[in-house]
Amino acid sequence: MVVQYLLGNEAIAHGCLEAAVDVACGYPGTPSSEVIDTLRMDPDRACKVEWSVNEKVAFEEALAVSWCGLRAICTMKHVGLNVAADPLMTSAYTGTKGGFVILTADDPYAHSSQNEQDSRCYARFARIPCLDPSTLQEAHDMVRDAFALSEEFSLPVMFRPTTRICHSKSDVNLGDIVVSERTASFEKDVRQYVVIPAHTRILHQKLNQKQPALKKRLVELGYNRYELKGKTAVICGGVGASYVREVIGPDVSVAIIGAYPIDEDWLREFISHHEKVMVIEELSPVIEEVARQVSGTIPVSGKMTGHVPYEGELAPDRVAGYLKAAGFALSVTYQPAAPPAALPVRPPILCAGCMHRTAMYAMKKVFRDAIFPSDIGCYTLGIQLGTVDTTICMGASITVASGMSLAGEKRDIVCTIGDSTFLHTGIQGLINAVYNGANITVVILDNRITAMTGHQPNPTTGLTACGVATPAISIEAICRASGATFVETVSPNDLVTFIDVLKTAKALPGVKVIIARQPCVISEKRAKIVRGRYTVHQDLCIGCKACIKFGCPAIELKGGLASITDLCSGCGVCMQICPVGAIGREVKE
Amino acid sequence: MSFDVMIVGIGGQGTILTSNILGKACVIEGIPVRGAETHGMAQRGGSVESQIRIGQEFGPLIAPGSADMLISFDLMEAVRAAHWLKPEGQIYSSNEYVVPTSVFMQDLPAPTEQMLREMLGDRPAKIIDSRALAEEAGNILTQNIVMLGAASPMLPLQKESLQEAIRKTVPPKTIDLNLKAFEMGIAAGKN
Repeated sequence: MVVQYLLGNEAIAHGCLEAAVDVACGYPGTPSSEVIDTLRMDPDRACKVEWSVNEKVAFEEALAVSWCGLRAICTMKHVGLNVAADPLMTSAYTGTKGGFVILTADDPYAHSSQNEQDSRCYARFARIPCLDPSTLQEAHDMVRDAFALSEEFSLPVMFRPTTRICHSKSDVNLGDIVVSERTASFEKDVRQYVVIPAHTRILHQKLNQKQPALKKRLVELGYNRYELKGKTAVICGGVGASYVREVIGPDVSVAIIGAYPIDEDWLREFISHHEKVMVIEELSPVIEEVARQVSGTIPVSGKMTGHVPYEGELAPDRVAGYLKAAGFALSVTYQPAAPPAALPVRPPILCAGCMHRTAMYAMKKVFRDAIFPSDIGCYTLGIQLGTVDTTICMGASITVASGMSLAGEKRDIVCTIGDSTFLHTGIQGLINAVYNGANITVVILDNRITAMTGHQPNPTTGLTACGVATPAISIEAICRASGATFVETVSPNDLVTFIDVLKTAKALPGVKVIIARQPCVISEKRAKIVRGRYTVHQDLCIGCKACIKFGCPAIELKGGLASITDLCSGCGVCMQICPVGAIGREVKE
Repeated sequence: MSFDVMIVGIGGQGTILTSNILGKACVIEGIPVRGAETHGMAQRGGSVESQIRIGQEFGPLIAPGSADMLISFDLMEAVRAAHWLKPEGQIYSSNEYVVPTSVFMQDLPAPTEQMLREMLGDRPAKIIDSRALAEEAGNILTQNIVMLGAASPMLPLQKESLQEAIRKTVPPKTIDLNLKAFEMGIAAGKN
């Protein structure tokens, strides 16, 4: 046993290795990405690791690995589970053979997400067990033991950490890594694996029959536990349970829900010892609904009584406030503290030299009052540049564009989508747009990497997750195969040519595809590609702010004139923007 | 009760690395520790914070108004985060100040360095020229270690554990450089 200071996702990855996992696959998504990243970067790993092109693909592969008798985990963020929801629902019917864990990381407060959905509702919907850790140590231990739980009930097990588990750190007790000795062997059984109606009706019945024993087992395993202290009680789950334990008074009973489905008899017994009960949990009232079913005449406060919000994340001071308002004793007091007023905000921003900024700057120049549907990636930050008008989910840029075209919108429609997002769920939208005669321009922002989530390779990169060379996919060939007749590839760093291509596309009918290809500046930096910096000749600068309005973080205004800082990565675009030729390459003396 | 530290700056300035050093020093001393940090898109040049709770067994989040110490790599970010401190909480901030790009793009008025110093209020604050010290140590990228050094005598951790944690955290080729920056920070914090 060894103690290490680890990121939650690193502790989870180690838990998988202690369980001798055979295969790990997933699609990157904050806050889940570092689980696969940790495994793929580990030179000693004995398991197979893969970045899949989307979550549905990852899910189905991992399920098949389980059917072959091996242990598999597939990882994704909460909204990725929407993409994998189709196989999820029916995998509960077919069941599993080798341990199968679905890691879906929820993001209360939507730190890096488009919504705050609660994956526990999916587990309830699919009738599969869900493990919900409240600390990093528990996250490590739970995922390690989840594979055996899956094997015991022949069910997929959902493991649902949240942002404050995945992206927090702690001292964690680690066990030894175990190397798998299993070999893959698929045993045919059409009644199990072919879900025709005659089979699926029976499988559904079997799934329902598993539930009572499952509920009891989750209490036996200690995931759902309580301590009786007094006449009032708090029931809590997830990381919120840690906040409750930090702030709660010594005479208040606490029940911690670490696993679902909850055994109603067990919870009824706990509640019956108390005069009033409060439920503290993030997002949906999953625990609260069960508590209300079994509480009888004992009052339950929580979300449904307006004491705890349905949205956002919990924190110790907020939990203390909710408990105090409902009349529960605390062990701490917090003073109110207000953030300073009137300080300029510093939101995240596209990097100096990022090609997304340049591509969007050119789009705005050429298309002006067009509509700009966009997608999920770093380029969503283009909202600051006025070239992101819609974002809903992965792949919904081309489809929203073609939908607006179908609606008869008269303005130009120019959508943006990144390379990884295009391969994830963008291709179908392109095929559909061409097939149905949409009039749209599609700009594929191809920086050869899945950048926003931490630079994971994808099929455009030419490398697998573990760094093995693999053929880089041709986005051009895919677009041409879809039937699009205008497919041009150009680097936005060559601003003049890029603008020219946009103008040509603007004049044509149909689906026009422009592949804006330029490697991510962070990838370039890591590959030690260094370009010379640019500088503003102060005697030539007229202070017109054309370069300032471009929005590059390397360009500052000093005494009314522009100047370039050491953040410059040498893309040279500002030189092409300057109307008086005041910007040039930096010459070292 | 834990000793709660906020480490703030701009994405890329090394807040995560600095909090990792504190976390590893805790493990060396056998002290329980919790940390919370910013990952993902929020890192790209925006305001970032790492929270680290030395001696904490429960959650990773610090309540506003309750932190014991603030370490900041940018003066404006120190102002933005000062309300996390309890009234007697100590501030260690670099005098570095990067004007946010949004200020230039939207033609907003930017506060001066003097205004920012005044906005820190009455709390005990050490403002340190971390760039000059890091340059003297041999690399401006060691500014975060200079600031950690300056704050270190007030941390409930042994100097030796912090030095050992630095050795375990920074790239091997830069260990001596960083240890030098750490010492220079300690000296600067005393002045």
